[in-house]
Amino acid sequence: MTRIKIPPFGSTLARHGLELKRTECKHLQVNVGLSCNQSCAHCHHEAGPDRQELMSRETMETILDFAAANSFDIIDITGGAPELNPNIRFLVENAATISPRVIFRSNLTVDLNGQADGLFKLCAEHKIVVVGSFPSTNQTQFDGLRGVGYFQKALERLRKLNALGYGVSPRLELDLVLNPAGAFFPPSPAGAEKRFKRELNQKWGIQFNTLFTFANTPMGRFRKWLQETNNYDHYMNKLVKGFNPCVVEGVMCRSLLSVGWDGAFYDCDFNLALKIPCAGLPRTVFDSKRPPEEGSPIAMGNHCYACVAGSGFT
Amino acid sequence: MSDNYYDSNDLPKFQDIGKEAPILAEKFFDYYAAVFEEGDLTAREKALIALAVAHAVQCPYCIDAYTKSCLEQGSNLSEMTEAVHVACAIRGGASLVHGIQMRNIVSKISL
Repeated sequence: MTRIKIPPFGSTLARHGLELKRTECKHLQVNVGLSCNQSCAHCHHEAGPDRQELMSRETMETILDFAAANSFDIIDITGGAPELNPNIRFLVENAATISPRVIFRSNLTVDLNGQADGLFKLCAEHKIVVVGSFPSTNQTQFDGLRGVGYFQKALERLRKLNALGYGVSPRLELDLVLNPAGAFFPPSPAGAEKRFKRELNQKWGIQFNTLFTFANTPMGRFRKWLQETNNYDHYMNKLVKGFNPCVVEGVMCRSLLSVGWDGAFYDCDFNLALKIPCAGLPRTVFDSKRPPEEGSPIAMGNHCYACVAGSGFT
Repeated sequence: MSDNYYDSNDLPKFQDIGKEAPILAEKFFDYYAAVFEEGDLTAREKALIALAVAHAVQCPYCIDAYTKSCLEQGSNLSEMTEAVHVACAIRGGASLVHGIQMRNIVSKISL
């Protein structure tokens, strides 16, 4: 393995004459906690059943007030497994009255003795967009990333979502997210989406709208695995060599604000995992009434290479 | 100079082959790139074919490159294993079908 020195992400941007500055902030991502029924090998949060961090109802209320005052185009609910937050129905119902597009991100495997069925029915009633994590149509690859038995659970959830109209009715959007099962880049979304649609429909009668593909970010549990298996240098080399200046303009952090389970602001969900505070705002939603201004800075680190490699993953 | 005949660090040096014959190398690498562009066959299908051929010609560089390429084109281990079996079947079949030549010769010179 030929080692290269990893240049700081900021200096790579500067070498290409680029700056990472904010545009208008239209997307509020709300991370309701790190508790999860799974312990996925690629999880940048290292979420799992042992994590206790959960957003309180009071914090949700403050975030909803903040969102209502600032007209976000998108409210994007994530975790952990958001289904495991006991106040999630409150957040979903109220977010739907505030924003024209509310996204609910799910690992598709939470059941809670049937309670999750009621939550997704509520999502359908409010036309919430469901984005499900689905790394592969191959059970071995899927379970390698997510844990044994989770492939079948995810298929069962997708069938139930289709029965509610998700991915079938034009009013109920069901999107899937593919993270690769290892130290390699994901396929291009266009080709992979076509194949996922064909395979999921032919083998299991499942339909969905759009497939998004994301590279794994070298942090958290995935970083540990890269280091333990001597894949870290290779993967970082790949990310650095794949730096594509043309995709910097479209990265999500330019128009997104992330708020953590405790109300703290971050420039993206990866910075939240690393606890790198939002560069252009006071520390928490309790201290600020406005999102970051256009032109304000964005906190960066070498994990940012994962969003701008190849054709970009954001 | 490596102690081994094959060294994975040599693969990124492939372009160096053009140092003594740049025009020929340029023609080859342009052709190579064009072959793997998306056409009537998808890039994923071409990577699976390349993986099978890599096993047939037993090129460790190609196996390394096209295993990774197949994964990045969205193929899984099951599909890749089937591709290797296709290479194996054609290689094995090519040997076995020559048995007919052997039988023809035996037939010709035997009482």
